[in-house]
Amino acid sequence: MNDKPDGIVLTEEQRRRRRNRSIALGLVLAALAILFYAVTIVKLGPAIMSRPL
Amino acid sequence: MSLVTDTLATNRPGAALAANRTADLADVRDYFALLKPRVMSLVVFTALVGIVRAPAELHPVLAFAALLCIAVGAGAAGALNMWWDADIDARMTRTLRRPIPAGRVSPGEALAFGLVLSAGSILMLGLFVGWLASGLLAFTIFFYAVVYSMWLKRSTPQNIVIGGAAGAFPPMIGWAAVTGTIGIESIVLFLIIFFWTPPHFWALALLKKDDYARAGIPMLPNVAGDDETRKQILIYSLILAPLGVAPFFLGFAGVVYGIAASVLGIVFLLFALDIYRRSKGAAADSAARRLFAYSILYLFLLFGMLLVEPMIGLP
Repeated sequence: MNDKPDGIVLTEEQRRRRRNRSIALGLVLAALAILFYAVTIVKLGPAIMSRPL
Repeated sequence: MSLVTDTLATNRPGAALAANRTADLADVRDYFALLKPRVMSLVVFTALVGIVRAPAELHPVLAFAALLCIAVGAGAAGALNMWWDADIDARMTRTLRRPIPAGRVSPGEALAFGLVLSAGSILMLGLFVGWLASGLLAFTIFFYAVVYSMWLKRSTPQNIVIGGAAGAFPPMIGWAAVTGTIGIESIVLFLIIFFWTPPHFWALALLKKDDYARAGIPMLPNVAGDDETRKQILIYSLILAPLGVAPFFLGFAGVVYGIAASVLGIVFLLFALDIYRRSKGAAADSAARRLFAYSILYLFLLFGMLLVEPMIGLP
């Protein structure tokens, strides 16, 4: 049986860089969620709760 | 993402560079470098001046959001510029280590990155503060990526004169984000950066002439010669110096700004005269280097004064 994995095998350095990119992307998405929330509150204020569906 | 955008990028001058690329070498800092952070910092700074000097109120959260959108939009334009210019970046020592020529980011990835950030920043700015500011941001990105990078840069020595408009728009976008209008004041801020750009870049071009020649970019010193470039630097400096004082005479900057801008402008003119007079050897290079360094300080201090004047209550 062949234990060698198929396809491209990333080096440790490549794995580390990919992980860093994933973390950065996650942080950007989290920051965007906070930004959208803050802007929504500022623009609509309490009125956001009294809008008809 | 890569497959689609690499296919889109196949006919690009930089497409051949993708072949040298090893998979997954890009670090977060490579993507950050695609945004041209130093240009972005100048954009943020001048846009903030537009926001602060505008004669209306904008909630700090919205002001921050607007500034972020303008910064990301400018960064997106930088990424699109690096995508298009990857082939000439690979031939110049100054730009050789950028992520695409270095083979860490593929041209297709840079293109996708630039397009997504462009669309996102334009849309968000429109939804957050208004569509005039958003439209101006869209035009700025288009102007830098298409008019300057794709058309002017490789075809005319007037490239940075006309293309400089892209770098001059941020204070106008900031102003429009707050007021929803353009106004003479933001046009003056635009003109200051517009007329500052040629002496700034031509001083650099005098020093990096060989680099530009190797890359085949028709910068003014390469096309019209050093003496003509020195004359043009002086002419633009003669226009810039009084323009720098215009905010005071138009009444939207105080006396302290007026005095500071006059002194800074005179010093700028003296450096430009120095370039004009010293046309040979090491003295000529030093004069160009001095004007290049001073031009950065000049713009920083001029806009810095506009920024802090209302904050510290100067007349």
